Amino acid sequence: MKFAVIQFPGSNCDQDCLTALATFPGVTAEYVWHKDTSLGGCDAVIVPGGFSYGDYLRCGAIARFSPIMTAVKNHAAAGGPVLGICNGFQILCESGLLPGALVRNRGLHFICEHVDLKVETSSRFTAAAAPGDLLRIPIAHGEGCYFADDSTLRDLAEHGQVLLRYHGRNPNGSLENIAGITNRAGNVFGLMPHPERACDPLLGSTDGRVIFQSLIG
Amino acid sequence: MKALVTVMPKPSVLDPQGAAVAQAMAHLGHTGARKVRVGRSIEIDFGSASVDESQFHSLCRDLLSNPVIEDYTLEILP
Repeated sequence: MKFAVIQFPGSNCDQDCLTALATFPGVTAEYVWHKDTSLGGCDAVIVPGGFSYGDYLRCGAIARFSPIMTAVKNHAAAGGPVLGICNGFQILCESGLLPGALVRNRGLHFICEHVDLKVETSSRFTAAAAPGDLLRIPIAHGEGCYFADDSTLRDLAEHGQVLLRYHGRNPNGSLENIAGITNRAGNVFGLMPHPERACDPLLGSTDGRVIFQSLIG
Repeated sequence: MKALVTVMPKPSVLDPQGAAVAQAMAHLGHTGARKVRVGRSIEIDFGSASVDESQFHSLCRDLLSNPVIEDYTLEILP
């Protein structure tokens, strides 16, 4: 399986993603620069974390207009998997590939810590876990408070689009403890926690492997 | 011509910045404020070029604000 990891100016989790993916047998991963217009025939796309364009204007607001995003949208429209992590989640929301938005954490602080996540639904991105399983994965963000209007929240619940919720404690004020959602078709997934930072025992948790393993199959 | 775009969080969106400012105001003895909300204003100078207002509204919706969480107003100034 071939992954494309998009690099925007200000991405800083791109190398972590490539390093994590390299530990899965049969997987290759390449960087794709945001000014490119082709994904190079990849099977799956990762929009990594960081501070694309310095988070100017709003997080992800400028990255969504990068040339590569047209190819990412086409890939998603054709049913190809897209995984947006942290800033990648913000970019996918800004670009309309996922509903809702991510706003300033309720407590205003940038939060960097391990959190417990509950797997809500079995999906292409959570198939290696069972609903109800808990995953311990770090978050690192200042704008991770998920917001959507009531009808969008109802839609998400009705169609099983909430894949992960914060468990035990809501760190950022996200509505309904939402930590990660998919689009209706189930091929675009965005989450604030960083699974790529929980893929090696040295990092304190390997629970992030569940997300990649699910996608790789 | 200049365009002045004012972007504010929607009333339904929690504004922790506004709440923090309100708290600081109370510390300074200004207890009269019922609510404080923090937004941003964006000034764009077009020099002598004219502005297509309807085109500019679509820019406001697509880039300068996020309609999921924000409202904006647009003023075109001479």
